[in-house]
Amino acid sequence: MKTILQGVEFIGRQVTDRLILLGAICRFLISILLMSAMCLRRPWLVVREVYFIGVLSLLIIVVSGLFVGLVLGLQMYDTLERFGSGDGVGMVVALALVRELGPVLSALLFSSRAGSAVTAEIGLMKATEQLNALEMMAIQPLARVIAPRFWAGVISLPLLNVIFCALGVFGGYLVAVQLLGVDAGTFWSQMQNAVDFRQDVVNGIIKSVIFAVAVSLIAVYEGYSAVATAEGVSRATTRTVVVSALVVLALDFVLTAFMFRGF
Amino acid sequence: MNRTLVDLWVGFFVALGMAAVVFLALKVANQSSFRAAPSYEVHAYFTNIGGLKMRSPVKSAGVVVGRVTDIQLDTSNYQAKVSMALDNRYEFSVDSSASIITSGLLGEQYVGLDVGAEEDMLKAGDTIEFTSSALLLEKLIGEFGLNKATSTSAEETNHE
Repeated sequence: MKTILQGVEFIGRQVTDRLILLGAICRFLISILLMSAMCLRRPWLVVREVYFIGVLSLLIIVVSGLFVGLVLGLQMYDTLERFGSGDGVGMVVALALVRELGPVLSALLFSSRAGSAVTAEIGLMKATEQLNALEMMAIQPLARVIAPRFWAGVISLPLLNVIFCALGVFGGYLVAVQLLGVDAGTFWSQMQNAVDFRQDVVNGIIKSVIFAVAVSLIAVYEGYSAVATAEGVSRATTRTVVVSALVVLALDFVLTAFMFRGF
Repeated sequence: MNRTLVDLWVGFFVALGMAAVVFLALKVANQSSFRAAPSYEVHAYFTNIGGLKMRSPVKSAGVVVGRVTDIQLDTSNYQAKVSMALDNRYEFSVDSSASIITSGLLGEQYVGLDVGAEEDMLKAGDTIEFTSSALLLEKLIGEFGLNKATSTSAEETNHE
């Protein structure tokens, strides 16, 4: 009897803990939005963070995008050629990248490259009581430290996503046209026939914006709520990457179900 | 970190992003939804539309002249009512005929318009009178199989 009660209690605590976390994150998002006026008055704060979050992530995004495109080109050509439609490789590569792989992979890379760094930075600021010091000087850390990083993430990830997609398509072009000898005209025209700007490209960018909000919010929240010790910061950093990945994949399923039902 | 250098890099980053969007828009995607060419809508009734979908092309002599905008089942006669938006640049006579054609053996289906001889032209809201439905491969094979079976059984009875 007692074990059953304990089991129920355990499940109940797990559920309520999750709900409390969700509520806290939502409240945190609202207070960030309310504190964002400073970012508009002093855009330099955001620009600086876009440099650290976005520009420094360029290299990994560029390289990954190119290689994903190259591999997709090889694999898809191999499979499509069995049905005698190897010419359609451009179409498949572009659709896969623009709809799914671009937004999801760039979000995953972004969370591990930039999200973890943001969490560690904020967590360490908290551990070394810099956030408290700011408050002592009557500067809201939420406005001065958190909001610029959040907005920089929201701006950077969609840009990284389109760069990822463009380079992926270029990688597919390199493999299909230069290496495997698909005709360049067919490659592009098949792609243009299948990919619709509003339906595919814009929906991919919308996905990416939503992922950007989720990943940036998780990163700053984990940093801000980290236990102010070395261990706490390391745990918060790990959690940022894990939770971001799970949330991005779950959101992706929901968004895909909404956007690409096919009619 | 030098402020101008950071600005330069961020500017470069944003410009790169913009260039990527332009590349995706112009080179990768078609701009059919950009260019909302002025169009007029006509309807046609088909007994079977096969695999026709919304946004399928409408072609005349192989040239895309419009797109299917809506497909509904008209319960008054249980036929499919297909609405299509035709480009204003092209006019078709009222006795034009519409047929559902498959490009290639298994390719996508589209509406083919064959122009008639009348002087009057189709206007917005008009209905195309002459239509022929999609060719259903399954039906064709089924009929072929049936013919084959009846012919062979007929031969067998002849033998006896």
